[in-house]
Amino acid sequence: MVEHFLIFYNNLFSTMANFCMQVTIATPSLFSKVIVYLQRRGDLVWELIIEHFWLVAISIGIAIVISIIIGVTISYKTGLAMTVLTVCQILMTIPSMAMLGFMVPLFGIGFTTGVIALILYSLLPIVRNTYTGIKEISPAIVESAVGMGMTEWRVLTKIKIPLARPVIMAGIRTATVMIVGIAAIAAYVGAGGLGELIFQGISRSNESMIIVGALGVSIIALAFDFILSWGERRLAAIGKTGEASK
Amino acid sequence: MIKLVGITKKFPGLKKPAVDNLNLEVKEGDVCVLVGPSGCGKTTTMKMINRIHEPTSGSIFINDKDALKMNPIKLRLDIGYVIQEIGLFPHHTIEENVATVPNEKKWPKDKTKQKVDEILTLVGLDPKIYGKRYPSALSGGQRQRVGVARAMVSDPPIMLMDEPFGAVDPITRARLQNEFLRIQERISKTIVFVTHDIDEAIKMGNTIAVMREGKLVQHATPSDLLAAPADEFVASLVGRNRSIKRLHLIRIREILDHLDRPKPATVDMPLNDIRKQLEDSDIRSVMVVDQDNKLKGIIGVNDLKKKAGEVAADYIQELDQSITSDATLNDALSMMLECGEGYVAVINEDDQYQGTITLGDLLNVVKEEG
Repeated sequence: MVEHFLIFYNNLFSTMANFCMQVTIATPSLFSKVIVYLQRRGDLVWELIIEHFWLVAISIGIAIVISIIIGVTISYKTGLAMTVLTVCQILMTIPSMAMLGFMVPLFGIGFTTGVIALILYSLLPIVRNTYTGIKEISPAIVESAVGMGMTEWRVLTKIKIPLARPVIMAGIRTATVMIVGIAAIAAYVGAGGLGELIFQGISRSNESMIIVGALGVSIIALAFDFILSWGERRLAAIGKTGEASK
Repeated sequence: MIKLVGITKKFPGLKKPAVDNLNLEVKEGDVCVLVGPSGCGKTTTMKMINRIHEPTSGSIFINDKDALKMNPIKLRLDIGYVIQEIGLFPHHTIEENVATVPNEKKWPKDKTKQKVDEILTLVGLDPKIYGKRYPSALSGGQRQRVGVARAMVSDPPIMLMDEPFGAVDPITRARLQNEFLRIQERISKTIVFVTHDIDEAIKMGNTIAVMREGKLVQHATPSDLLAAPADEFVASLVGRNRSIKRLHLIRIREILDHLDRPKPATVDMPLNDIRKQLEDSDIRSVMVVDQDNKLKGIIGVNDLKKKAGEVAADYIQELDQSITSDATLNDALSMMLECGEGYVAVINEDDQYQGTITLGDLLNVVKEEG
């Protein structure tokens, strides 16, 4: 029993030592490679980061407008809701490669194609959250608003959307983080962005390019998350002071 | 004045109409209570008045104007609306909630502000304390008050109230009811009030409309309803103990003046004097007030047997039951039963002593009325 235990420990220690050696050997060289790469091609990397950022920003911006309109519409026409949500669900389950490949004959290659694909991917989270956000508002609140003589438009803009806002924002954040990743694949159809770096890195077996690309994608995801949470707080503040100053 | 003529409402998919050929007239300044078991169509009837539900057939007249031909938004802005769940907007402060209708009517800011403060004070909420709070920071009873304030703020001639005091505990409910009746006395709105509670109906209504399965069974004043129920159904609704229900109809102040009661003692009165006062009557205790006539407590005969020469202040027992004079005799009765005492002290809003009601007084009233 004790012997077994000792053997186990011996094995464990030797494995760990091996692993550490590998890491200490591998890390400096890979790390320095990445640094060297950044020093040499820093401009290109920065350019791609900006391009990637805009690809996502434009897509999500358009997607927000479209999705909220769709979400609000299906909250009034509940019969449509299941159909619309199912269609969005199906769109989201299409593998991104297949979706992009399918887009090329329709829209050619380039930035626009990437944007369209990304919009389609971000529909579901925002549409669904807009719909549920509005549907979850207590009917008593809506009824008292209508009963006091608010027009349907005022009920929507003053009551329903402000109350559903946290849920809608959660949908927007989910969609954004998701399409930051998918946007890397959009380089496949010539939409640009950090995907170019990653794809080239893969075909040239250049690890540092892949690592720089992947890191850039995470940084953009974090940046969007930061911007959106800031925007959410701003919106909440405007909502309150705007009402109070009336 | 509200007049419903041959109103019928059929909901799609249901065979039986929810409201069936209903005729009802509510006079100006009256509180008409729609009462009946759940599913009798009382809420539906009320909601047709502000056209939350559109009647399938029939017509509705509000001050001789055909409500069904009016713009529904305009119609609703002039009808106060309170529902059981209140439906305060959780993202608006109390002030903003109450200012809903003025904002929809685009009143100038300062007029809105002034009116909001006025109405919050009227329902007993200090606008300085509660105005900037959100509904989640209020108790159930306070939210009900805000709901009522929100419905009244633009001074609509008509109010629709669907179980407005339904979601609070019985004690708070009785207090809100009394407060509301006090306000109504001053503003005399035309009110359609929905409840399933016959006691509330008797207490609140100038007239009561009993409904059953979408039909109006009887529309009468509370005392007529108690005296002469139209049929078995109404009789079973008002129940067997009708004489006790009559206690709902009488306010304490109505009988208080006719009662012969010893004057209250003051705190600085010597015990001997109090004893002398009591010896002539068969009353075994006396209320004690201070210089401002504020109720301090009660002194019993047993306390008076103690040393002479001391003053009342030393032997006061605090009272945990007191009631305002606009409460009903039924409120007084339930308070006596709750405290296990045969009397209850009556005070006004400033805690000033008004008189005492005893169980015997209530018995006398029931005897006379019955």
